[in-house]
Amino acid sequence: MSEEETVTQPEENAATAPADTGADVPLIEAPADTVAGEVVLRLTDVVKTFPGVRALDGVQLEVRAGEVHCLLGQNGAGKSTLIKVLAGVHRPDSGEVEWRGEPVTFANPQAAMRAGIATIYQELDLVEDLSVAENAFLGHEHRSLGFVRRGKMARHTRQILGRLGHGEIPPGRMVRALPAAGKQIVSMARALSHEARLIIMDEPSAVLAHDEVENLFRIIRELTAQGIAVIYISHRLEEIREIGDRVTVLKDGRTTAANLPARDTPTRDLVSRMTGRTIEYVFPDRPTDDTVGAELLQVEGLTRTGEFADVSLNVRAGEIVGIAGLVGSGRSELLETIYGARAAEAGTVRMAGRVLRPGSVGAAVRAGMGMAPEERKSQALLLGEPIYRNVTLATFGRYARLGFTDAGRERAEADRIAESLELRPRDVSRPVRTLSGGNQQKVVVGRWLLGGTKLLLLDEPTRGVDVGARAELYQVIRALAAQGVGVLLVSSEVPEVLGLADRVLVMREGRVIREAPAGELDENTVLDLVMAGSLMEGAPA
Amino acid sequence: MSDATPTPTATPERPQLPAQSPPVDPAETAVAGDKAASTGNRLSWWRGNGGEGAKRNLGLIGVLAALIAVGAITKPDLYGDPTWVWNNILAILQLASVVGVVTVGMTFVIIGGGIDLSVGAIVALAGVWCTTVATQSYGAGGMIFAAIAVGICVGLVNGVLISYGRLVPFIATLAMLVAARGLAASISNKQTQVSTSTFINDIAARKVLGIPILVYILGAVVLAGWVLLNRTTFGRRTIAVGGNPEAARLAGINVRRHTMLLYALSGLCCGIAAIMLTSQATSAQAAMANLYELDAIAAAIIGGTLLSGGRGTIIGSLLGVIIFATITNLFAINGLSIEAQNMVKGGIIVAAVLVQQFQFKSFTRLLARNRLTTNT
Ligand SMILES: Nc1ncnc2c1ncn2[C@@H]1O[C@H](COP(=O)(O)OP(=O)(O)OP(=O)(O)O)[C@@H](O)[C@H]1O
Ligand SMILES: [Mg+2]
Repeated sequence: MSEEETVTQPEENAATAPADTGADVPLIEAPADTVAGEVVLRLTDVVKTFPGVRALDGVQLEVRAGEVHCLLGQNGAGKSTLIKVLAGVHRPDSGEVEWRGEPVTFANPQAAMRAGIATIYQELDLVEDLSVAENAFLGHEHRSLGFVRRGKMARHTRQILGRLGHGEIPPGRMVRALPAAGKQIVSMARALSHEARLIIMDEPSAVLAHDEVENLFRIIRELTAQGIAVIYISHRLEEIREIGDRVTVLKDGRTTAANLPARDTPTRDLVSRMTGRTIEYVFPDRPTDDTVGAELLQVEGLTRTGEFADVSLNVRAGEIVGIAGLVGSGRSELLETIYGARAAEAGTVRMAGRVLRPGSVGAAVRAGMGMAPEERKSQALLLGEPIYRNVTLATFGRYARLGFTDAGRERAEADRIAESLELRPRDVSRPVRTLSGGNQQKVVVGRWLLGGTKLLLLDEPTRGVDVGARAELYQVIRALAAQGVGVLLVSSEVPEVLGLADRVLVMREGRVIREAPAGELDENTVLDLVMAGSLMEGAPA
Repeated sequence: MSDATPTPTATPERPQLPAQSPPVDPAETAVAGDKAASTGNRLSWWRGNGGEGAKRNLGLIGVLAALIAVGAITKPDLYGDPTWVWNNILAILQLASVVGVVTVGMTFVIIGGGIDLSVGAIVALAGVWCTTVATQSYGAGGMIFAAIAVGICVGLVNGVLISYGRLVPFIATLAMLVAARGLAASISNKQTQVSTSTFINDIAARKVLGIPILVYILGAVVLAGWVLLNRTTFGRRTIAVGGNPEAARLAGINVRRHTMLLYALSGLCCGIAAIMLTSQATSAQAAMANLYELDAIAAAIIGGTLLSGGRGTIIGSLLGVIIFATITNLFAINGLSIEAQNMVKGGIIVAAVLVQQFQFKSFTRLLARNRLTTNT
């Protein structure tokens, strides 16, 4: 292994490093022979098939040193598959991968890492029961004589985390105990613990709040200034405009456009190359006020120490209420507590006037609540089970007669959902594991759209969902509200909250600090509110 | 409020996407469907959960065929005689019957993400309990009731300890293994208790339409288990609870209660097995059903049940049990020792799992290729 070289790297940029560090930081420092602007990676006609699916069907890609190359494409277009080919996870069936002028095939992820390609995967690939430091250095631990040098690893990890703007994450903490955003930071730290020429980021911003994304961009700029190339995948076009240099668009496993200028290409062009159709930009219209019905959910004085305090809110039938706030402001915890997945220490949750038993999901579901949780893989999906069984996971009992399930009915219902959310591939018998990230997310949300739900709790419902399907999802949510379903929506994307919700609550540090009709707020006001105060400390100016 | 930050919406008259550039051609889609093996008409009737079970099971049938071939080669004279072969098949099934019933319960527990080490001990306790003088005085009905009630109750204790007491299944059932055998020994005074009920003793001795009653019982339990796992909400919950307990909980499934019920179900199977075993021996004692837990777990694993939960099939488990019984039978007709037999069994466990993995992959590929060539 190459730790020895890594270890002898001279310290650079000592100002941002914590005081107790050794002189061994490879972070944000390109190998000496990097030439900015030189083509480091070239893919020609790369094909990758899975049983029954041509995930990549002739991909061309060219990445230069020091650039941020964005990959755009709908859910299932093949972006993650492509980067897995680059990372040595998959081997291409045919086509050529040229790395720094030479054709290569990486036999395994280690080979790709050794060649200088570091990857942050879309689905977090951390070992939950190992510490932050152990995860960051998984597979290339600092060792001497076969013993892991914990102290050194911890120091090094603290340094990297410090550079990432998250010096507060303790290297010894179990990853399981971290929130989603924290986990994302750890996988970023892992990628940066290698000496890389190319860093691939597959939807890194999906779990990050606004200020975290800014922080990520700062890091990316530092990387590219060093001549390191970055492949950046995101469904948020604003991000691509802000950070990207060039864009390659994939559709159905093929490159439909290569090397477009990221800033100047009209959105219409990008979207039509991605989707093959034109798309208008609107949230569904809000209905006139009289459609909002009786009070459905009443939450009073809900408290959990360290998570949120004294939260009161209500949702009426047919109303969409949005919660804006940073990751860590207690939004997800609040939602889970309302749903009974966590027991409240104080306060009550009422559905249609009746108090729900705290800490009982069963009671909440019987009262008509449904929740799409934040983390699809660990909290929502049975990966080996077919799509339709995942869609009906919460409702199969409803279709059953005398305890016997009705597979035909379930399949038909799931088909309906798959259709309305543009699930691709549409075949609901496939195991969920084989779906792309965005399509898995649609399955999670789709579960509660089956009907019979009176109150929908949505935690980051559009995470990883592409532009077209996102619009469909908004329409579906609005249509549900029009039928009298109440919706409580949490999202890190302020425009989404403002555009979709009727009423917005702003949360900071576990408290609701502002409540207003969505029309009275704009993005900057909300951002100022959520970030005011102590949270700004340490954030980049 | 339509001037909020924009997001895209499809224009109503957009062309249908797949028509423009189909991501996969129809032949390939057919294979995809087959991989998931649920839309497919063939094989679909014994499709367990996850759909891969059927192919896995074909591998087990291959192993079984190989064992029979070994038998036919080593004892060609016996295998040339159809009546002997028929009787031998019945003998193997009868041999498999008791462990088979226990394995059905074990399969549910493992799919549900647990493990039950106490099955052998529960069989022994139920057997001893139903053959005490006091119980026998209530007649065969009383004995059957006692065995099943004891099985369910002990299973419930396991379940409560694990789901509400939050004990690790391994520890809880290990403790139960020790305790239940201890209780069985103290109830029976370490004596063998003879069953005087002719009804009970006849279960193992009698045949109906030429097939032993024990085999019918196995068949009934397997069928019930299959239906329960694949066709009922109970089965679906089992898979969900074992596959991703957090997802199951957030979908509104009562994970704890379900876990408890799984152990009760395993206990029920042990109770049934206790009656069968008591009938076979016409007696019961505290040391009976020794190491059944290992046989049952091994059979379930060979059958493709994932030890970490969430996947498994009843048919696979049944095949696993039958494979073990066939090995025992093979060694018996060749007059080989128990020791050699155990070594081979260990090897078979490893081999079967390896073969399944290999065979599963290559079989899928083969299938994909065939479909492609025939459909296009
Ligand atoms: N292991 C697999 N087995 C079978 N099919 C797969 C597998 N992995 C991916 N696919 C299929 O390959 C196609 C491309 O998937 P991929 O994950 O690359 O999409 P993506 O562009 O990353 O989408 P998203 O934006 O949703 O993340 C999809 O149709 C997906 O279902
Ligand atoms: Mg992806």
